[in-house]
Amino acid sequence: MISTSVDTTATIAGVHFKNPVVMASGTFGFGKEYGKLYDVDILGGISGKGLTLHAKAGNAGIRVYETASGLLNSVGLENPGVEAFLSKELPYWETLDTARIVNLGGNTLADYVLGAELIQRDANQRALEGRKAVDMIELNISCPNVKEGGIAFGVKTPAAKEVVRAVRAATSLPLAVKLSPNAEDIAEMAEMCEAEGADAVSLINTISGMKIDVRRRRSVFNNLYAGLSGPAIKPVALRMVHQVANRVTIPVIGMGGITSATDIIEFIMAGATVVQVGTYNFMNMRAGSTLVEELHQFMLEENISSLDEIRGIV
Amino acid sequence: MATVISNERLANGVYHLRVEGDHGGKMGQFYMLRAWGAYPLLSRPLSIHQVNDDGVEFLYHVVGEGTEIFAELTPGDAIQLEGPFGNGFPEVEGKVALIGGGIGIAPLYYCARQLPDSDVYLGFSREAFRTEAFRPLAAELTVDVGGLILNSVDFNSYDHIFVCGPQPMLKAAQMKGAAAGAGGRSPKVYLSLENRMACGIGACLVCSVSCRDGQRKACTDGPVFLAEEVVFHD
Repeated sequence: MISTSVDTTATIAGVHFKNPVVMASGTFGFGKEYGKLYDVDILGGISGKGLTLHAKAGNAGIRVYETASGLLNSVGLENPGVEAFLSKELPYWETLDTARIVNLGGNTLADYVLGAELIQRDANQRALEGRKAVDMIELNISCPNVKEGGIAFGVKTPAAKEVVRAVRAATSLPLAVKLSPNAEDIAEMAEMCEAEGADAVSLINTISGMKIDVRRRRSVFNNLYAGLSGPAIKPVALRMVHQVANRVTIPVIGMGGITSATDIIEFIMAGATVVQVGTYNFMNMRAGSTLVEELHQFMLEENISSLDEIRGIV
Repeated sequence: MATVISNERLANGVYHLRVEGDHGGKMGQFYMLRAWGAYPLLSRPLSIHQVNDDGVEFLYHVVGEGTEIFAELTPGDAIQLEGPFGNGFPEVEGKVALIGGGIGIAPLYYCARQLPDSDVYLGFSREAFRTEAFRPLAAELTVDVGGLILNSVDFNSYDHIFVCGPQPMLKAAQMKGAAAGAGGRSPKVYLSLENRMACGIGACLVCSVSCRDGQRKACTDGPVFLAEEVVFHD
């Protein structure tokens, strides 16, 4: 049978994704800027800029450097803080018809918990009024660009476990944990998240990398190391998504260097439920609309009526 | 996709690019350009040099992989433009000085066209370029090669001063602006910043600028800032 329409939908912990194209944290702001270029409601979801309890100014010096097929960044989690996000950005999110994911980072265990509590309290208040602006929390234990916290929690499973357990206890919102490729054992990390009650894992965050300015004889980045993203990391990301998907039963949100519909299909075949798209937004300002369209076209051409047919088949 | 009308070499590593099409913009705004497919990964921000009925013009200096590709463009080649972006210079009244350093003269030509009674100061470290184009537009044109162009400017003589150039020059202009005002006019000094950018539209926070009231974005809150607002780090 030749299909004229295709089913791209997915569900994670009751959250509906109209398609698997979710914009990755840190590359899409809170969606408003790209919303001026195209209708972001066509997207499966948006993961907002990583938040911390208190506002952060981010790192000084150069924040981005291109590498072969990739991008090093050292933004350092510049963000307005959870409270400013709730008051200034959520009114816009409330108008969106796409899965809205809050990405939450922290410097200390207490920061993570207080941040999650604020988001939960806001969700409770809205629920009383019959409104909703946040569909899921994505817990960032893997940012390589902040000195304390972030990655410190993302490398060793016991440290990560404390954070996941504490945040799980602090919120009833669907919870995904974003994993670092710099983890000692990413599959073990994912199993821990599942055991601690996370609803999903998302991976991979950037790979810790470096660039040296040979004339100045120093690192290009004030923070010495930076996070590598883009097509350069896709093979690593795909392998890790495949490994993790084979070890856990909770959904896997796959990401790392996606720039085409076939890249998305690869991640789905490796076992991802949905994917995230980050660096590609900088290569194509209309990345979201390009990918949603391309994916639809590819599925028609390949006679794939539902992504469930191919999910995890490799 | 837009089409290259011309891409003329003006000096060592400096080019004047003209692109066809209906591309508008205000003085001090910029476009994100790419003349390649996937790599280099990022588009390049270039400020508007001039807007014409048939297209838009840019001046650029070859500093890396992206501008090296721009330098190879010939008439008829395809180029991708997104924009215009950024706040641009304000529409002002009164006596205006336009101060450019090196490739920083690029956005000031469009300013000179729109603020015809301005005094124009153009400074270069080695080789001057595009100066004659400014001459018919400027009330007075001062060109300096090898020195410090800011030394030629009496800040007290102006109501508004627009500056674009390398960071040490912007910093010096900020200091001169802060010191000005005693016994003369107190000029409002505007700096056009050149920061590395990734998205160009305010989403990625790569081009963040430290300002007195916190972090701002060069791409959407700028690239033009009131000098007194900017906090320069070394």
